[in-house]
Amino acid sequence: MSLPKHEISTELFQPAQVRKENKEVIARPSISFWKDAWIRLRKNKAAVTGLIIIVFIALMAFIGPQMSKYGFNDQDLMRVNLPPKVQGLENISFLGLDGVDIRGMDQYKLKQQKDYFWFGTDALGRDQWTRIWEGTQVSLLIAFVAAILDLLIGITYGGISAFYGGKTDNYMQRFIEILIGIPNLVIIILLILILKPGITSIIIAMAISGWTGMARIVRAQILKLKGQEFVLASRTLGAGDKRLVSKHLIPNVLGPIIITTTFTIPTAIFFEAFLSFIGLGLRPPTASLGSLVNEGFRSLQIFPHLMLIPSIIISLLMISFNMLGDGLRDALDPKMRK
Amino acid sequence: MGKYVLKRIGYMLLTLFIIASVTFFLMKLLPGSPFNNEDRLSDTQKEILLDKYGLNEPVPVQYVKYMTALAQGDLGISFQFDGRPVSTLIGERIGASAFLGMQSLILGTVLGLILGTIAAIRHNSWVDYSATVASVLGLSIPSFVFASLLQYYVGVKLQWLPVAFWTTWEHTILPSIALSLVVIATTSRFMRTEILEVLGQDYIITARSKGLSNARVIVTHAIRNAMIPVITILGPLAVNLITGTLVIERIFSVPGLGQQFVSSIATNDYPVIMGTTLFYSTLFIGVILLVDILYGIIDPRIRISGGKE
Repeated sequence: MSLPKHEISTELFQPAQVRKENKEVIARPSISFWKDAWIRLRKNKAAVTGLIIIVFIALMAFIGPQMSKYGFNDQDLMRVNLPPKVQGLENISFLGLDGVDIRGMDQYKLKQQKDYFWFGTDALGRDQWTRIWEGTQVSLLIAFVAAILDLLIGITYGGISAFYGGKTDNYMQRFIEILIGIPNLVIIILLILILKPGITSIIIAMAISGWTGMARIVRAQILKLKGQEFVLASRTLGAGDKRLVSKHLIPNVLGPIIITTTFTIPTAIFFEAFLSFIGLGLRPPTASLGSLVNEGFRSLQIFPHLMLIPSIIISLLMISFNMLGDGLRDALDPKMRK
Repeated sequence: MGKYVLKRIGYMLLTLFIIASVTFFLMKLLPGSPFNNEDRLSDTQKEILLDKYGLNEPVPVQYVKYMTALAQGDLGISFQFDGRPVSTLIGERIGASAFLGMQSLILGTVLGLILGTIAAIRHNSWVDYSATVASVLGLSIPSFVFASLLQYYVGVKLQWLPVAFWTTWEHTILPSIALSLVVIATTSRFMRTEILEVLGQDYIITARSKGLSNARVIVTHAIRNAMIPVITILGPLAVNLITGTLVIERIFSVPGLGQQFVSSIATNDYPVIMGTTLFYSTLFIGVILLVDILYGIIDPRIRISGGKE
């Protein structure tokens, strides 16, 4: 092997000029934790899609009922069980939005209806479009309120338990251990039986059975943080309990709290639907996504649209919340990323 | 270990005692009467009925009686089914539910393990992505939605399998598939993470540098080690399955305990509600205890008593 020999001598080099005052300059703008998390979340296509779908469905839940001239409980036996029919899309037959039922009859012609019902009508002639969006509103309300209650009780309980430690912690943990032993389903069913089915009782039942998970997470996080140097430093500088909790501990626990809440919401939506499905849900005429699915299930073979559309919306909501939750977990807690 | 197991069993009994007491007192607060057509009964008839079921005694006496009977495995007598003991009712109904649950659990875990392993081996390929999407769908779509659609399309439209009821083995296929969806999604997701983690361990590098074939490394080293933590999700999964049977049995008209429970809620059959609730609670708590102990036996690295903190 004969490579051409190039002498590399020291004369070829010369030291770069270093300015002392530039040495400490930070080249990029500093990014806070939340900004960093947001950047990571934005890169996650699934999470962004989930967020967009959630915002869209939530908006529709409020705008949707306004778009139809029929109220959610306007009954008319002249227009029962109409299949969906949408202007413009009625000529594309495979979409099934032409007002023709599964036996191939144009129900709108038969019942002499001039109006368009985008999601069809139910067995009492009520407009499904209005009912479904009102139901979405109710389902979202139940899920959000239950999640917020979980959050408040869980943070308070877990925070107190971890912060004071010792005997307090010990007793509070024994209590939670017994509560966790009782299956959620059992508590929820019993409470709803007693409180009589309704929005409030579903929320209360879910809050009572749901906060333990949050309390445990908050406690574990605070216990971990309490021993760290920055807390000691802050205490040495004279910070009181209040300042310590609000300025140091809570902001650091916020990540896991947000992640847990994002997963609580779909669980609550599911439980509400589940309860409606086994007959412990809302009482008519109030509708939720779950009770609509339940009503639709009874006539699934004849009028599939009654069950399909609320099912799609409930599934979309659950999928979106789960995707957003996964994305948030990756963004807020990079260590947990697979 | 022995001390730990004893302590856990003690907790389990305490929890069950609390559940039984709470259930009892909550039932006393329930609205409505357990008897049909109450307004048509005369006062004497009512008294006879109340006396028959021991409902006219003071609540504390009823409580003591109930708890003593409970300790002997007696769950009381159903209001709806003419004086039949609740334990007999549960015994009659549990067969179908247990079969359905076990079949779904086995089907679900096997499929989930295979799917998760393939996804992990073909990490970041289309197989992996579609498995991830499938598991998010499986975890998100409510079981009753999936079950109804399955029943409608496979049972009614395609007519491949029976739509409902519980006579031959073919009748069990659709409900089992519907119930196992969550199991498949959970196990495959978990298995994928575990395998990926195991594949990064030093002993895998050792195995590979010994010259073992890729298949051998994955089968004897990766899968075996990754499967241990999967045991931990079996507890929550079993709980999930029991919840699932409540709706799946209703959809497919399976004569199981779940269906019985749902109908007893509708008819205010307190003893059946209480008995089934207690039965479910015992099952939940027992399964979770069993899984915890099993995990400690299989993987000695887990320091069992420190596992929680």
